[in-house]
Amino acid sequence: MTIQEIMQTLDAEVITGADFLDREIRTACGSDLMSDVLAFVKEQAMLLTGLVNPQVIRTAEMMDMTCILFVRGKRPTLDMIDLANENDIVLLGTPYEMFTACGRLYSKGMRGRSGK
Amino acid sequence: MDPVRLHYDISGSDFTTAGEASGKIKKTLKSLGFSPAVVRNVTIAVYEAEINMVIHAGGGAIDADIFPDRIEVVLKDEGPGIQDIDLAMQEGWSTAPENVRQLGFGAGMGLPNIKKYSDDLQIESEVGRGTTIRITVQNK
Ligand SMILES: Nc1ncnc2c1ncn2[C@@H]1O[C@H](COP(=O)(O)OP(=O)(O)OP(=O)(O)O)[C@@H](O)[C@H]1O
Ligand SMILES: [Mg+2]
Repeated sequence: MTIQEIMQTLDAEVITGADFLDREIRTACGSDLMSDVLAFVKEQAMLLTGLVNPQVIRTAEMMDMTCILFVRGKRPTLDMIDLANENDIVLLGTPYEMFTACGRLYSKGMRGRSGK
Repeated sequence: MDPVRLHYDISGSDFTTAGEASGKIKKTLKSLGFSPAVVRNVTIAVYEAEINMVIHAGGGAIDADIFPDRIEVVLKDEGPGIQDIDLAMQEGWSTAPENVRQLGFGAGMGLPNIKKYSDDLQIESEVGRGTTIRITVQNK
């Protein structure tokens, strides 16, 4: 899916990175635990999270993730947005909670690490 | 050939800047032309160790030596030290306080993850004096 399609699926708005909305994203991961993201994520390009602090952006940077979606109406702080800009990471926000956001993406063909 | 040398002093009080050094090492490796796999292995291992240095040890120093055939990173702190290194290496074992867990860390996955992503991991630690972590990743 493109980030544009992800936004439509999740009634999401772009917080930063509007120039990159045609990026193709095939796999994602949903977690509020950065320890697990660092230990278990392989090639997933997108992170869905309800956690808000700069290490969320850092973790995505280290893992080469190109898009972060904040669930249940959470919004990143200004320093997080700056950090995302420095690393060309797209930030999105959706009103849906984690379960529903993941489910809607899955039903459109997005997959997790296993690909199943 | 002389290695490319990088040095960073890491603040122990600022969780916001934690990871900055790892990000810079990552960008340097990328610009030197190392493969994405090598860059990734070094980056994840060093980031885990940098976060540990901030949340468990009150900061310290990172030195990276980049050779054509390998990357060696030494993280040295003067924190409380690790009492039982075998225990600390076990997945799921953590002494992280509640405030660290609320930030999304403290699952006890960091040290095992460093081992997974590196070719060699050496931990020297003395209780009350500090910890030195040596990470080596081969350029394969
Ligand atoms: N530099 C250090 N100084 C003192 N203690 C440390 C240091 N690094 C690790 N430890 C100890 O080893 C334990 C395990 O570390 P590890 O990185 O595996 O897990 P964690 O940091 O607690 O959680 P996670 O890495 O999943 O966020 C820590 O909880 C801490 O007690
Ligand atoms: Mg850790």
